[in-house]
Amino acid sequence: MENTNFEVVFEDKLQRNEMIEPKDWMPDNYRKHLIRQISQHAHSEIIGMLPEGNWISRAPSLRAKMVLLAKVQDEGGHGLYLYTAAETLGISRDELLDALHTGKAKYSSIFNYPTLTWADIGAVGWLVDGAAIMNQVMLQRTSYGPYSRAMIRICKEESFHQRQGYEIMCHLAFGTPAQKQMAQDALNRWWWPTLMMFGPTDDKSPNSANAVKWKIKRESNDQLRQRFVNQTISQTEYLGLTIPDKDLKWNEERQAYDFGTPDWTEFENVIKGNGPCNKERITARVKAHTEGAWVREAAQAFADKRKESAVAA
Amino acid sequence: MTIQEALFNYCLRLGDNSLILSQRLSEWTSHGPFLEEDLALTNIALDMLGQSKSLLDYAGKVEGAGRMEDDLAYFRTEREFYNTLLVEQPNGDYAKTIVRQFLMDAFDLYFYQELTKSKDATLAAIAAKSVKEITYHLRHSSSWVERFGDGTEESHERVQNGLNELWRYTGELFEMNEVDALLIKEGIAVDLTTIQPKWEKTVREVIARSTLKLPEQSFMQSGSRKAVHTEHLGFILAEMQHLARMHPNAKW
Repeated sequence: MENTNFEVVFEDKLQRNEMIEPKDWMPDNYRKHLIRQISQHAHSEIIGMLPEGNWISRAPSLRAKMVLLAKVQDEGGHGLYLYTAAETLGISRDELLDALHTGKAKYSSIFNYPTLTWADIGAVGWLVDGAAIMNQVMLQRTSYGPYSRAMIRICKEESFHQRQGYEIMCHLAFGTPAQKQMAQDALNRWWWPTLMMFGPTDDKSPNSANAVKWKIKRESNDQLRQRFVNQTISQTEYLGLTIPDKDLKWNEERQAYDFGTPDWTEFENVIKGNGPCNKERITARVKAHTEGAWVREAAQAFADKRKESAVAA
Repeated sequence: MTIQEALFNYCLRLGDNSLILSQRLSEWTSHGPFLEEDLALTNIALDMLGQSKSLLDYAGKVEGAGRMEDDLAYFRTEREFYNTLLVEQPNGDYAKTIVRQFLMDAFDLYFYQELTKSKDATLAAIAAKSVKEITYHLRHSSSWVERFGDGTEESHERVQNGLNELWRYTGELFEMNEVDALLIKEGIAVDLTTIQPKWEKTVREVIARSTLKLPEQSFMQSGSRKAVHTEHLGFILAEMQHLARMHPNAKW
């Protein structure tokens, strides 16, 4: 190749919308940004298993239990692909988990809210997964190959999750008065935290500029948030539920809904670790990991013994 | 007792085994010792839940009183469940969970292999599907018994303790009563005396390979054929059933 300037080659590839692959040269900051983003995404999947797993034992029908179990298992599978994608950037799963357990790595703040009733399982699937899909659909076209391919696979399953959540909401909203009330209460509690999932407004999002420049991210936080609101209104109307936002109204000129401002102070607080379940989530992960140490050691010791006896033979 | 009553009870016995063990296994979901194992155990829980759905659905049809799978799962009491005592025992550490699974998988594999020959077409079909799943479950659980037995000193001790604790619930697996007698005569049920030697052989082999000791002859607990359980079942049902019972007229 004539062009020996790696950076130029990298930029050219981005311009041509070609994927960057693990063995390609990439700027250090691109690598760091990806490790941060992919691992944060993987951690979110794993932490997200906790609030949903919370209701497996209490799911009110065998079918609902089965669908929820399958869903939580999918989240674990997503975590696994994403950890593997992050590993292609030269970091180990142990390092990634260590960062999660010591609080160095972040995960989606939404999972620091509790799932208090069965309707929350519906709301998480419908709203939280719905919001996550906005991001994930965009990330299928992200510039880093392994991340993009993981996202393509993940998106297929996520759209099933959103339908699962909406199905629960339908049963509740069209069910007994107590069920309908449960659904409205869940919507009231999950609406604003869901809007915060898209991150700070564009003028206050520190990592966005690079992410867009490197084509890791192709749309801004505000664009994605707006699209989510637009799409969710008719779904809510169908359910006969009310979105807890008095400023919500159709804007003919913009051909989009105007909506209120989330409580960004709450957002900052939850990110800082003061959400209702931050402590519980990390404690649960650390406990599982610590209590699983002897299991991992036993598997290693057993494998080592088998290797030795194979060599001896 | 009529054949219909016996068959209803038989389906409950099998369906409850899968349901309660699935409920126990899913307690590990998102708390497993590492991600791959978390996924594997959840997968097994899902298979067992699927089995129990089919069996309870069929139980409802056999009974003919209009009860569906959810009525049977969510609206029966502690004294109307027929699962074996082994499956309701608490998870304990991962070794105990694995031992419980291994003892049950080995039983289920030979049991369902035989049940594929049942003259009851529904049971035979459920059995055929289950055998494929259980073959994998047994491979999973026996390989972990072996890893723990021949892994570290700690894992060896833990798995041996699990085996010692749970052994007293294995005698009951092979108990037969009037239900079995009636249905064996009809070619519907499995004669458990034909399963026992196969189960013992597999268990002995795996235990020996894992450098573990078969527990000394201990007293065998019993009761589930009469729906008499250990104290654990009440708590499992309280948790599993509370939401459905709080809203008895609701659909989910």
